[in-house]
Amino acid sequence: MDQDLKTELSKHGIFATSFEELYNWGRKNSVWPLTFGLACCAIEMIATTMARYDLARFGAEVFRPSPRQADLMIVSGTVTKKMAPQVVRLYNQMPEPKYVIAMGACAISGGPFRDGYNVLKGIDRFIPVDVHIPGCPPRPEALIHAFMALQEKISAQQLSGESRPRHLKQELPSEFPVPEFGEHGLEPAQNDEVFRNPLKVLQG
Amino acid sequence: MVHSLPITPPAEHPWATIVVLLGAAVVFGAIPLGMARLWARFVSPAKPGLQKNATYECGLEARGDAWVQLDVSYYLYAIVFLIFDVEAVFLLPFAAAFSGLSLAACLAMLVFLLLLVEGLVWACQKGVLTWS
Repeated sequence: MDQDLKTELSKHGIFATSFEELYNWGRKNSVWPLTFGLACCAIEMIATTMARYDLARFGAEVFRPSPRQADLMIVSGTVTKKMAPQVVRLYNQMPEPKYVIAMGACAISGGPFRDGYNVLKGIDRFIPVDVHIPGCPPRPEALIHAFMALQEKISAQQLSGESRPRHLKQELPSEFPVPEFGEHGLEPAQNDEVFRNPLKVLQG
Repeated sequence: MVHSLPITPPAEHPWATIVVLLGAAVVFGAIPLGMARLWARFVSPAKPGLQKNATYECGLEARGDAWVQLDVSYYLYAIVFLIFDVEAVFLLPFAAAFSGLSLAACLAMLVFLLLLVEGLVWACQKGVLTWS
């Protein structure tokens, strides 16, 4: 619906909406995260859910202990190479539509352990990340900011047309390949369908 | 003035109201479920997968069988546990009432204790109590 027409109608006391907007409005206000803390960032995530920062204001206080009931994975902390297959498997077990927030320097890039032998250099190598939060660790306000950014993303998603999200495209699989341990770390080292190598992006 | 129910049951079917209400309750529950199902058909195509449908084991792959068998030799632990358990249950009232007990009651309790001690001696001879 045309935005101008909508504003005009609302001036006359008529509220117009579409199914898509209503649906997304409901969806963005009831995002249930997975109970899933990996390292120190998880402490900040816990603080975010508590009374002082109160993630419940955004309808996301229900942390689910099972991926079957969750639609948001907050990767909060260092992802070691030993943990990476489990993270991908948990992501695969979540029902669609599902979203990922990579919280903290470790989850987005490996952080201070980037040059370590056993730390994954960012979870976006294996699963699609919707929002990245820098920081070591990010403050609860940063997580809330990321959450609001995710809500904006959800409310802008279209249910039909070519630009509809991945979960509405029947031909695309809902699972991402789980890496395995090889002789020199994880094999494959990244999922090329998901990972956009920043060096290659810079080179064009 | 007393109002009668909007649905007055016929005299030959006194339970008709309940049947009607039961049907209404089922329909009332079925409508939102059906609408959710209909909505899901359009906006959430089912995408099953091997991993998605796999047993949830905190992210790990499920291993082995759910029907785990315990070693039969654990019966010894069960028996020794029973000895001390039963002993404790009966010793507490025995100790509480000790000063007012007759000689016969004390003897009966001693016999009971000896029976349990016999079990302990038997377990000791079996080698259950030695740390291996």
